[in-house]
Amino acid sequence: MTPAVEIRDLHKSFGDLHVLKGIDLDVQQGEAVVLLGSSGSGKSTLLRCINFMEEPNDGRIRINGDLIGAERGGKMVYRENELCKLRTRVGMVFQHFNLFPHMTVLENVMEGQVVVLGRSKAEARDKALAQLARVGLEEKAPEYPSRLSGGQKQRVAIARALAMDPEVMLFDEVTSALDPELVGEVLKTMRQLAEEGMTMVCVTHEIGFAYHVANKVCFLQDGQILEQGEPHKVLKTPETSRVRDFLDGHSLFKLPD
Amino acid sequence: MHNWDFAATLGDIDFLLLGLWNTLQVFGLALVFGIPLGLAIALGRMSRIPVLSQLCSFVIEFFRTTPPLVQLFWFFFALPILISVQMTPFVASVLTFSIQSSAFFAEIFRGGINSIDKGQWEAAKAIGMTRPVCLRRIILPQAVKRMIPAFAERSIELLKTTTLISTVSYADLMFQANELASKTFRPLEVYTVVAVMYFFLILVFSQLTILLEHRLARSGEGTLR
Repeated sequence: MTPAVEIRDLHKSFGDLHVLKGIDLDVQQGEAVVLLGSSGSGKSTLLRCINFMEEPNDGRIRINGDLIGAERGGKMVYRENELCKLRTRVGMVFQHFNLFPHMTVLENVMEGQVVVLGRSKAEARDKALAQLARVGLEEKAPEYPSRLSGGQKQRVAIARALAMDPEVMLFDEVTSALDPELVGEVLKTMRQLAEEGMTMVCVTHEIGFAYHVANKVCFLQDGQILEQGEPHKVLKTPETSRVRDFLDGHSLFKLPD
Repeated sequence: MHNWDFAATLGDIDFLLLGLWNTLQVFGLALVFGIPLGLAIALGRMSRIPVLSQLCSFVIEFFRTTPPLVQLFWFFFALPILISVQMTPFVASVLTFSIQSSAFFAEIFRGGINSIDKGQWEAAKAIGMTRPVCLRRIILPQAVKRMIPAFAERSIELLKTTTLISTVSYADLMFQANELASKTFRPLEVYTVVAVMYFFLILVFSQLTILLEHRLARSGEGTLR
């Protein structure tokens, strides 16, 4: 089966800073992949390259078999139109929600459908309400984002991305800006999506989420994938001391059993 | 002690009201042309094309640093000689104040647009919006709300600056006042009435912008808390 996301020899630099140094990664249909690593390891940049929020400097990305960009003289060139279209196929959720504050919750979820996909308002409205119901926030449809809690905002942001009917969803540290007590509701929504078979790539520090929900965990170190595999393997019996140290750091103050 | 007598001034109030109407025409047209032009110049200045950006910066700086009276004289006296066009006081006035205010509006637009969180551009981009669509649907609606106080301030400044157009014999309120003052020999009364007219005009205008601010504040975030 064609992978939902196929990344080959991906490189990305910001000026002199070589952030991604040759990443190969396959995400199968319906798979949930979690990217782990310390800050600066390149995990967020990798995620942002998948929907071309950042344009890679080298390498190939295929989404459900479609090569993004065109090859010219050994280099990939990307047209803005093509990238805009691609982004409707790959949804993204951000750490800071980034809801549109001048629109109601319903309008937030309708906006891309109407303005980008050209759906009728009636159709977009139905789809928006269905997605809001999916994240458990149908009754918040007429509210403005400023009236919602952080967890609710993030679930609306998830609904906004889902309303575009994406083939892949990207989650960029979506619980990092939340109060600890609100993290659970967002992770629950994400788990539900994974169980429904949504293809997902998540950057997160929630090791527990990675363990219980992910099909695959990738540990990034210095712009390369250091270890990848099934969560119980990478998280329970890591091969490298680097991953062991990282995990130890995360469970330093675990409650006793 | 001056012996106040408004009879002559108020008897010719139609003469002043005509001037007021002419002032409003220039003011209105300067806004109608100046605001879109200001947006265009702001976008040009923020463009990634260096030549365009520098050109727009120059236009902004030039019109902000030269006195409006010099600009007006230049458009009225110099431009007709240079490109041999027929220039009426009205056209010269509208032209001067459209361009002059657009330079100020451009900076207000730029400040407003830059004040919007980068995450808004990112979120719009992530659902497939192009930059122009994002600007129109997401950024400007939010930026405009924040711009209203600065925009109102600048417009009031513009309205007062239009008194300069009396110097090129355009029959605005100030010009009519000068005429009436020399006709009636009652300058104190005439200029008092004119001051009151400007006062109420600007009061109404500023109340309207406050009303607008309140209306816009009802949806989401605005300048009012």
